[in-house]
Amino acid sequence: MQFFVSQILSGISLGGQYALIAIGYTMVYGILRLINFAHGDVFMCAGVMMVFMSASMPIYASIPLMLVLTVLLGFVIERAAYKPLRTAPRMSVMISAIGVSYLLQNLALYATGGQPQTYPTLPFISNSVTILGAPTHWVTVITPVLVVLLVLALQWLINHTKIGMAMRAVAKDFETSQLMGIKINRVISVTFIIGSFLAAVGSLLYFTNYPTVVPLSGAMPGLKAFVAAVFGGIGSIPGAVIGAFIIGIVETLIKGTSYTVFSDAFTFALLIIILVVKPTGLFGERATDKV
Amino acid sequence: MPKTKQQTSGSGKLITLLIVAAFMALTIILENTMSPSSLLFTVIKKGAVYSLVAVSMNLLNGFTGLFSLGQAGFMLLGAYTYAIFMIPSDVRDSVYYLFNGSSVHFSFQEMFGAIFGTAGFGGAVSLVLGVLVAIICAGIVAAIFAYLIGLPVLRLKSDYLAIATLGFAEIIRAIFQWDKLGPVTNGANMLKNFPTFADFNIKNASGQIVLRLSAFVPVFLSAVCIFIIVLLINSSYGRAFKAIRDDEIAAEAMGVNLAHHKRLSFCISSFFAGVGGALFAMFTTMVQAKVFTSTMTYEILLIVVIGGIGSVSGSCIASLLYIAASEWWLRFLDNETYINGTRVPLLRSGFRMVVFSVIIMIVVLFFRQGIMGSRELPELLRRRPKKQPAVEEVRTHE
Repeated sequence: MQFFVSQILSGISLGGQYALIAIGYTMVYGILRLINFAHGDVFMCAGVMMVFMSASMPIYASIPLMLVLTVLLGFVIERAAYKPLRTAPRMSVMISAIGVSYLLQNLALYATGGQPQTYPTLPFISNSVTILGAPTHWVTVITPVLVVLLVLALQWLINHTKIGMAMRAVAKDFETSQLMGIKINRVISVTFIIGSFLAAVGSLLYFTNYPTVVPLSGAMPGLKAFVAAVFGGIGSIPGAVIGAFIIGIVETLIKGTSYTVFSDAFTFALLIIILVVKPTGLFGERATDKV
Repeated sequence: MPKTKQQTSGSGKLITLLIVAAFMALTIILENTMSPSSLLFTVIKKGAVYSLVAVSMNLLNGFTGLFSLGQAGFMLLGAYTYAIFMIPSDVRDSVYYLFNGSSVHFSFQEMFGAIFGTAGFGGAVSLVLGVLVAIICAGIVAAIFAYLIGLPVLRLKSDYLAIATLGFAEIIRAIFQWDKLGPVTNGANMLKNFPTFADFNIKNASGQIVLRLSAFVPVFLSAVCIFIIVLLINSSYGRAFKAIRDDEIAAEAMGVNLAHHKRLSFCISSFFAGVGGALFAMFTTMVQAKVFTSTMTYEILLIVVIGGIGSVSGSCIASLLYIAASEWWLRFLDNETYINGTRVPLLRSGFRMVVFSVIIMIVVLFFRQGIMGSRELPELLRRRPKKQPAVEEVRTHE
């Protein structure tokens, strides 16, 4: 029982961290129809930056600075690598995203010298706590709460502000919204900024549980978060969050059994099944261009 | 238009064949005159293997318009099939020591060795036949898996197909690391001690190497496979593939069976990816599932993009350049260098790959056509003296 509770708890926590990454994927896909392969690596870069900055300054200064720098990174990537290709075929943009991912991984490899970097211990959220007899860390408790709060804030932003309305319009029809006077580039930049910010928050929580950062540690969570976004229905933020929680919980449960090697494979099997059976995902809007 | 096309294909084929033959001859000559440890031969071997895999990916991405990212998975299948069927039975116990020996108790080389003998000329024949049969098996296994995975996945389009095939490659990788399959796949441990390219060096009775063929063999095998792919692309099937790439609906209206042709393209591409995987196993002299990650697929995709999507010769040139740059030419960037006693900034381990990925990003962003665009080598050689680019431009847009 205690084992089960601790498994479920860490599953929920992992799911919450995936959710924060998945939102970035789903928003970018909703607007640009682009699988932003570099998003997982932005997440990893946030972790690496945190490691380096916490070594030279107090944690209360490095966290905000890390958030700002990650947001800047997402913004620069969009401007440098995706904006020049706005009129190019979709595949070119995706290849560019793969190229950026390759670049970020190699940069991280260069910066870290290939050594796994120990993630700093954050005050409070790294402390231990016991829930229903299962020992765990505060981060496990905080993650789902923080995710729900951030998603509510995001939903408010999208449904009740001017920039949110512009985002919805651009996601609906790229060209028409341009004709209506929406500054597309601004909307896309804001999307990337929000996505990178959430990925940075996600990296704070994720790497507290997994104490080391390596250049490849963004690839797998990134892909899984994308699967979560597809599972929940791409373009839908609540869908991405629910999909991420389901994937996080099931993955942790599988890791508790003797089939540990299949914890990654399960996610992709789920992806193939959902694409074949219900390509719009759980909450996705009707779209005809997928299948 | 048809007239010029035929002219190019007539003498163009000859020119291309001559270039390939000259390259092979040069490989043999260099290999037997230069020091065998030169990085040049690593580049030639790995470049030849990557050419084949890149061309097989190009068949799918560039000629059929199916954006698949499963290449590493099919290479893994091919590499494992080759290794499992080629490890000699007397070393199997030492390779599979964690699983108390292998559940496969034969190797192709020994089967042929029983017929042709194991020493001298008979040994050479059994080695060549064994390797060939194992390579073909590697391709067939990859193609069978491609057929099965293609049934559900090929209904998806563009980026969904990409992510589904990427996921499939990850699933395959997990299955091959599963310890329940250990007696066959050796779990997460490496398979080794199977025949590699170095076994093709011809030795005399006292064990001295008479003729080195270790770089020629991969070049020759890749060239044969790429030649088959080119024949396929120029056949009516190839024209159907291109029709699907350009416009699916129009192709269907013209009587092209979409599902059938997509499946065919997917299976053939995977077949050659499997063969490429077997060659890759021979190149690295060991097989381990953790090598065949999605990063490997990305690398191959970037080679295809650099060479030009839809150009076979572009893929070959690009893979040679890519491997040469990453393994050889840019290697100085990884070493700390001192000029007049001052340390050159930035140069240390890992900087090579940073420079390299920046170059790739520049190609992806500003030279989207790649080296060759969708042209082939003979067209490039012929067009220069003619000087009529304007007309050609219009024609390609028609």
